[in-house]
Amino acid sequence: MKKTWWKILASVLVVYTAIAGLLLGVPRLAILNETIRNLYFHVPMWFAMIVLFSISVFYSIKSLSTKSEIDDIKAVESVNAGIIFGLLGLVTGAIWAKYTWGQFWSFDPKQNFAAISVLLYFAYLILRNAIDEEQKRAKISAIYNIFAFPMMVVLLFVLPRLKDSLHPGNGGNPGFNSYDLDSRMRMVFYPACLGWILIGYWVYTIRFRIRSIENKQQHN
Amino acid sequence: MQLAKEVKYLIHKEVLLEWRSKYTINGVLLYVVSTIFTCYLSFVSLGDKLTWNALFWIIMLFASINGVSKSFLQETKGQQLYSYILASPAAILISKTVYNTLLMLVLTTIALGFYTLVFDSFTPPDLMMYYIAVVLGSISFSTVFTMVSAIASKAGNGGMLMAILSFPIIIPVLILLIKLAKNAVDGLPWENSYDEIAMLLVVNVLVVATSLLLFPYLWRD
Repeated sequence: MKKTWWKILASVLVVYTAIAGLLLGVPRLAILNETIRNLYFHVPMWFAMIVLFSISVFYSIKSLSTKSEIDDIKAVESVNAGIIFGLLGLVTGAIWAKYTWGQFWSFDPKQNFAAISVLLYFAYLILRNAIDEEQKRAKISAIYNIFAFPMMVVLLFVLPRLKDSLHPGNGGNPGFNSYDLDSRMRMVFYPACLGWILIGYWVYTIRFRIRSIENKQQHN
Repeated sequence: MQLAKEVKYLIHKEVLLEWRSKYTINGVLLYVVSTIFTCYLSFVSLGDKLTWNALFWIIMLFASINGVSKSFLQETKGQQLYSYILASPAAILISKTVYNTLLMLVLTTIALGFYTLVFDSFTPPDLMMYYIAVVLGSISFSTVFTMVSAIASKAGNGGMLMAILSFPIIIPVLILLIKLAKNAVDGLPWENSYDEIAMLLVVNVLVVATSLLLFPYLWRD
């Protein structure tokens, strides 16, 4: 129980948000209508991705000083888990955009920058594949990971504010804070974020354990 | 003080090496000129000034990838070892970045001149601001590409890796540059561009700071 309580909490929270997110009342707004519920499913993906990529940078920095293989595996597996959430964020965003903006992909700045930041991490994975020697791979990919992280922050949080975007919260469009005048959405949104971040962390720990077992088998 | 001295000597070395062979500068110059000429032959005329601007930056992007990536990829293992014994990693990185900036400044200036000469249907009304965009572009291209070329050369898989690794990092910078240059092309007042100029400077400071922190780990084999 001591070790699994957060996994149970994560499952309960995600199941709760899936049900409550579809059933509880939401503010009635023009154009958005019921698609506003996508907030519970789209935004938490990005939070989970950011948390996982931050974990990855943390372990990359650690692996540069400790040179331990475990830290390197942790860094790459959190990127692997983070990319899944990044892709899910893009897909949920595109489906939402189909019903509000009329197209899955309308080359909105926010969409473009999100896609580029996912590309950044694909480049990281390709860099890893290009190097055979394990220690060298750990070192060089950690350096690229740390180098790329500030750029991802610029891409996702700074640049979209300089461009005109249709995305809620950008370019004068109302953001999350102005939706929930009666704070009904807060009841679902915050648990959803916490739940998906925990699920992401769970995915990462499972991937890490599989990878370390594989590694052990290879070494024996 | 020691660092400044080392940087000065290393820049002198780079310039001297380049001056003796004149390989990079002439090679990239010919690359730019022939690319612009090819573009001219295929476009014939650029009616739209936005296309004019975008095409210029795309040509500059590829020229600078070719020019700057030479800095680490071209050096032999022996050369690298020798300079690593003599100088601190920070000095090596700073000198390469400064040298690449100088190289890119010369190149982009010549390229801009040739570009306006070939596509003479249009010149930006605010040439001063356009030139500032070009200068900022040279600086940002060289800071980003120097570090990425160091990473790519250590990974030992030259050209393709360089492009894959640097494109996602350079795209935000390129977008800012095109925006700034577009302001110059449209002849907007300077107040409208302060955001972009400040942002580009911030990104450059960020890139240089992280490179300086990470480079010592990179060169130690």
